[in-house]
Amino acid sequence: MTFLSYLINGISLGSVYAIIALGYTMVYGIAKMLNFAHGDVIMVGAYISFCTTSYLGLSPLVSVLLAIVVCTVLGIGIERLAYKPLRQAPALAVLITAIGVSYFLQNAALLIWGSSSKTFSSVVGDWSVKLFDGQLTITGVTIVTVLACVIIMVALTLFTTKTKMGTAMRAVSEDKGAAQLMGISVNGTISLTFAIGSGLAAIAGVLLCSAYPMLMPTTGSMPGIKAFTAAVFGGIGSIPGAMIGGILLGIIEIFAKAYISTQLSDAVVFAVLIVVLLVKPDGLLGKHKSEKV
Amino acid sequence: MAMLEVTKLGISFGGLRAVDDLSMSIEKGGLVGLIGPNGAGKTTAFNMLTGVYRPTDGGIRLDGENLVGKKPHDICKLGVARTFQNIRLFPKLSVLDNVKVGLHNQVRYSLLESMLHLGSYRAKEQEMDRKALEILKVFDLDHEAYGLAANLPYGKQRKLEIARALATEPKLLLLDEPAAGMNPNETGELMETIGLVREKYGVTILLIEHDMKLVQGICEYLYVLNFGRLLAQGSPKEVLNDPAVIKAYLGD
Amino acid sequence: MKQSRTLLADKRDSVISFGIVIIAFVLVQILILTGNISSSLKGQLVPICAYIIMAVSLNLTVGILGELSLGHAGFMSVGAFSGIVATTSLAEAIPFAPLRLAVAMVIGGLCAAVAGVIVGVPVLRLKGDYLAIVTLAFGEIIKNIVGVLYVGVDGKGLHFGLIEQGFTLEEGGKMIINGPMGVSGVTKISTFTSGFVLILVTLFILLNLIHSRTGRAIMSVRDNQIAAESIGISVTRYKLLAFVISAAFAGMAGTLYAMNFSTVTAAKFDFNTSILILVFVVLGGLGNIWGSIIAAALLTVLPELLRAVNDYRMLIYAILLIVMMIFNNSGIKTRLLEKRAARKASKEGV
Repeated sequence: MTFLSYLINGISLGSVYAIIALGYTMVYGIAKMLNFAHGDVIMVGAYISFCTTSYLGLSPLVSVLLAIVVCTVLGIGIERLAYKPLRQAPALAVLITAIGVSYFLQNAALLIWGSSSKTFSSVVGDWSVKLFDGQLTITGVTIVTVLACVIIMVALTLFTTKTKMGTAMRAVSEDKGAAQLMGISVNGTISLTFAIGSGLAAIAGVLLCSAYPMLMPTTGSMPGIKAFTAAVFGGIGSIPGAMIGGILLGIIEIFAKAYISTQLSDAVVFAVLIVVLLVKPDGLLGKHKSEKV
Repeated sequence: MAMLEVTKLGISFGGLRAVDDLSMSIEKGGLVGLIGPNGAGKTTAFNMLTGVYRPTDGGIRLDGENLVGKKPHDICKLGVARTFQNIRLFPKLSVLDNVKVGLHNQVRYSLLESMLHLGSYRAKEQEMDRKALEILKVFDLDHEAYGLAANLPYGKQRKLEIARALATEPKLLLLDEPAAGMNPNETGELMETIGLVREKYGVTILLIEHDMKLVQGICEYLYVLNFGRLLAQGSPKEVLNDPAVIKAYLGD
Repeated sequence: MKQSRTLLADKRDSVISFGIVIIAFVLVQILILTGNISSSLKGQLVPICAYIIMAVSLNLTVGILGELSLGHAGFMSVGAFSGIVATTSLAEAIPFAPLRLAVAMVIGGLCAAVAGVIVGVPVLRLKGDYLAIVTLAFGEIIKNIVGVLYVGVDGKGLHFGLIEQGFTLEEGGKMIINGPMGVSGVTKISTFTSGFVLILVTLFILLNLIHSRTGRAIMSVRDNQIAAESIGISVTRYKLLAFVISAAFAGMAGTLYAMNFSTVTAAKFDFNTSILILVFVVLGGLGNIWGSIIAAALLTVLPELLRAVNDYRMLIYAILLIVMMIFNNSGIKTRLLEKRAARKASKEGV
């Protein structure tokens, strides 16, 4: 039974990673950049939700919606101001800029909210489901997180395959130049991608802090890196890949914490990533691209 | 025995048979053309000869030594050098350094000498400079030796690629569309240079080319590929008048 | 005999790099002697030296070899802790501190080089962003493992363990590395002068290497891997070579850095440190060694200079970073340069 409860915890944590990884993977697919600031957008989302419930007394649902709106605007703003001027620049320059944005968000949060950690109260409330005569407890946060993850993944898949905007998105990710010639607004599509990714980050932030209630300016940093790992693990650019990568990573992390060592759990997660990439260099579901000679 | 013996060479990518049952035999000192319509598998054949792709079946022997399964850099050391259809220079290195990288296995000194610039470093570097400039002179590139390779005009980039390949002192030189994108004057000049190179360095040449003037002008023997298979071979005159070859090029 | 033009051009690079370092050293020494240097800046001198070596060595991987590494701090960590173990266990054997430091640096460098081989062999088969994420992963793994490492020394020699329990030493034995607590009570034997000397050694070896047959081979791999293979360069060999040498110097920088603090923990050498070093390299210019030196020194001092606006200094640092990247890469700079050239041309025309 403890095994099962670890597994459920793993899936829950993994679902949060998956939601963040979806944002990472979409932005990577379109803009071909590692958006290191993505993790910090999560933190901003969590703070917005925290402030609106604690200081303004708004209902949790409204606070989440507000967080999504703020992060979406923030995501578009970051893209317009920092990344758009660098469309033609080398990948490394964009990466360093993203790191600059990450520093900026963390330090701005530090100035606004201070360095001491805030205790986040779960937006889902404090209910749970007991199974097997109370031997197994599944918290409400877990259920909502997993559900949210599945819904988001289905919605995104439908969006990218069935809608016109989604098709435009895939076209831009394949070939920006050709997409532009077909009359697709590349800048608009990239903005849209950042908007969706950042909105998802807000949801992930709220869910993450509902399960792990410590909120600090650096809260988003490590989950961001883990989610990035998850996206690569599943095959960066692939939506189901991000989902699978995220959930597997969460499960591995919780199991490593439980059965190996708390301090070495991150090492185990990263070691698994390395092994996967050595066997499948493009991730679990990634497409292989070889250079034409 | 011929210098290069290719026997029943074939390769599949998934279900696609890109080259099938290709046999060639090239004598030392020869200048041979490999022609055929676009997509016939010519560059794929080059990629197998140089170890970029591993053939699914068949054999390649250079002076009796097996090349199949060897790494590209080892094949180069055995005496096969090439140029590429889409030019692949080292753009951020100088023209001279591009050739000097080609001399890497010809003029050697140790890692320690590299790090400390002691021992034979200076003498060997000067030897490399001298050799590299000598090769560049053949291609009339010696005046541009210290500029970046990226800044050379297109035609000269093509020449530099041949110069770099020659620096490895190959027995067999593979040229992948050397005249692509050149005007008739430049092509004429290139034909002269290829002839000169062959004479001066005693190198055997196999080239892929679409420019029939060049092919007729300098090749002694031709192999024609179509849909991955050998369609014809023989002297340029025979081959280019062969109805099957004409049909392959012009369609029905 | 007349020197060739390439040898001369190579010299110019070296002269600038050495010149900057030597002039800076002399200036700082004058400032120290005349008492014109703040104590906080004085405390930063050894770390600045260590960061310069980190930046220059990472430039070998990122700028010269052309592979993105996000785990350079991992090698610094290996060098730091193996250097600490070395100095502690050699305290009696080599009483002369500068020599002990030098020996420790060599040991730190060698251990980091071994780590470089272990990481490099599997990792360097990957490309681009995948390579970046895996180096990041290795950096974090190294941090985690060092974070649970227990090392002690007693009459019987060195003892290693990954858990605290069952770790016993003889009478008079001494714990060196204490798991997550790291190391405390380090005898600080790094000095600004030792840092300066290590920078000179690093520059000498790396600049020589870049301007040699080996360096050309490494740069050819960066510029076009397939072409490099085709002319007889073993891509794997030169990738690994550059990566390992880069790791070795990071290790030496780690020893230098660690010996400047009385307490050192594994958490110090995390992902953020790797990123910081990468920022130095990119801002200084890929492949530009003296650029790395200036960027590392300035950006380490910058937060100090911004102390007047204490609360806002990291925010300003972040904004400056973004603005500099955009200015350098978005075409604003080229447009400005073009305008200036055009103005000049029109003036001359009249």
